[in-house]
Amino acid sequence: MKSGSRLEKILAAGHFAVTGELGPPRGADVEIIKKKAEHLRGVVDSINVTDNQTSVVRMCSMAVCKILIELGLEPNLQMTCRDRNRIAIQSDLLGAYALGIRNLLCLSGDHNKFGDHPQAKNVFDVDSMQLIQIVKKMRDEGKLLNGQECEGKASFFIGAAVNPFGDPFDFRPIRLAKKIAAGVDFVQTQCIYNMDKFREYMKRVVDMGLAEKCYILAGITPLKSLGMARYMARSVPGLDVPDYYLKRLQGVPKDKQAAEGIKIAVEQIQQIREIPGVAGIHLMAIEWEHRAKEIIEAAGLLPRPEVN
Amino acid sequence: MVVAERKPIQEIMAMVAEYNKILLVGCKGCVTVCCAGGTKEVGILASTLRIARKKEGKPLEIIERTLERQCDPEYIEQVSDVIEKDGVEAILSMACSVGPQYMAKRYNIPVYPALNTTFIGGALEHGVWAEFCQACGNCIIHYFGGICPISRCSKSLFNGPCGGSAKGKCEVSSEIDCAWQLIYDRMKALGKLDELAKVFPVKDWSTSRDGGPRKVVREDMKL
Repeated sequence: MKSGSRLEKILAAGHFAVTGELGPPRGADVEIIKKKAEHLRGVVDSINVTDNQTSVVRMCSMAVCKILIELGLEPNLQMTCRDRNRIAIQSDLLGAYALGIRNLLCLSGDHNKFGDHPQAKNVFDVDSMQLIQIVKKMRDEGKLLNGQECEGKASFFIGAAVNPFGDPFDFRPIRLAKKIAAGVDFVQTQCIYNMDKFREYMKRVVDMGLAEKCYILAGITPLKSLGMARYMARSVPGLDVPDYYLKRLQGVPKDKQAAEGIKIAVEQIQQIREIPGVAGIHLMAIEWEHRAKEIIEAAGLLPRPEVN
Repeated sequence: MVVAERKPIQEIMAMVAEYNKILLVGCKGCVTVCCAGGTKEVGILASTLRIARKKEGKPLEIIERTLERQCDPEYIEQVSDVIEKDGVEAILSMACSVGPQYMAKRYNIPVYPALNTTFIGGALEHGVWAEFCQACGNCIIHYFGGICPISRCSKSLFNGPCGGSAKGKCEVSSEIDCAWQLIYDRMKALGKLDELAKVFPVKDWSTSRDGGPRKVVREDMKL
């Protein structure tokens, strides 16, 4: 075991993992976190806590992770390179480990231009690939980036994100190989809608022998409505939402679209389970944590396995 | 070259509102090439200011000059006569931001920048300029097919495109080419894709502005 996290144990035992996601509140209200967290209890193996996602100011990921630990839930700390340099990154990593956080997702971060403070100065001292290297060095060598010994190792289960739908498509498996070379243990993918393209990506990844070197969790984001599906299709760069999902949601009355979206998500999970090389799913039910349970249940993934 | 663009006229009007006589000084270097602060632009701005101030009933007297460069003390000296003898109250510089700083160092009257210095770049077509360099102080473009990921990728990524690269464009704007699509295409054409498969390690930014204001000293050039 590298970190001994629940997520690591689930994956190491060969179970099909289920991770979820919790977006911190735009404010200091702990009750919002508790409410969202309870919806995910017993439903997912580990909960990603986003780091000022879409560059919108929210409660810090590390604090929310600590609250989840106090609630008896396992967090996965998302850390971006957008807002912190190598000094802050390493300091936060040490602090996060001291607080009991064991899973870490290394991200470059959404550009601040999209957020609520587009006037901000961004950092990008290191990129996500280099962040993975920093975390690995800390864990495997017990050293900081500058080679200094750490007083106490921070042993994280190292994760990263991959987007099989970003361009150039041919480079995406190479980029995953680089993340593995940098030291990643698991990856979670961008929301998958175009299953044919994901199958092609996974075929290449498996052929390159990458699926044996890291756990790949397939990203699922249920479409809550036709409006959301349209937004995802047209306004999120690097997402691929095929027309047939838009048509399918268009074909049902507005008050039934949410149910249809859940049905689609469940079907997608079932399709994903058939794809060689996939070790689990990452359910990003954006502001829809209360619907996570019915999706995971309908997909036949409950109860979650126990690990020691 | 250093690329700059003129500030909005209202902002410049506010800067010189209290003065009756100013020196408007352009530069024959980079800002002439990028059509922001050469002799022609000095003339246009001077006319605009004169007309606007005349309308307000508070005429502004403007002495126009364009220097060979404003990033060299010897040329800055060439306006000393005007400033010391003609009763100029302020200097409005149309050079990149180096110019007004040199002016401010040499002359004891207020200095104002008429331009916004935007970036180190080049022309894409007539009337269009783009950023190509952030002066990191340690050029690495040869690892990336001659394309700088620091200045041309919105996130300055060293190891490939982020998830937002779509159809050759950057997630920040469809006006921006994804630098990593360009790097990928170029390295593929050069038959060097395997080089992009290597993890590029963390960069030493101490040669960049992060190491403090920089200075180049050439002992062999000193007099």
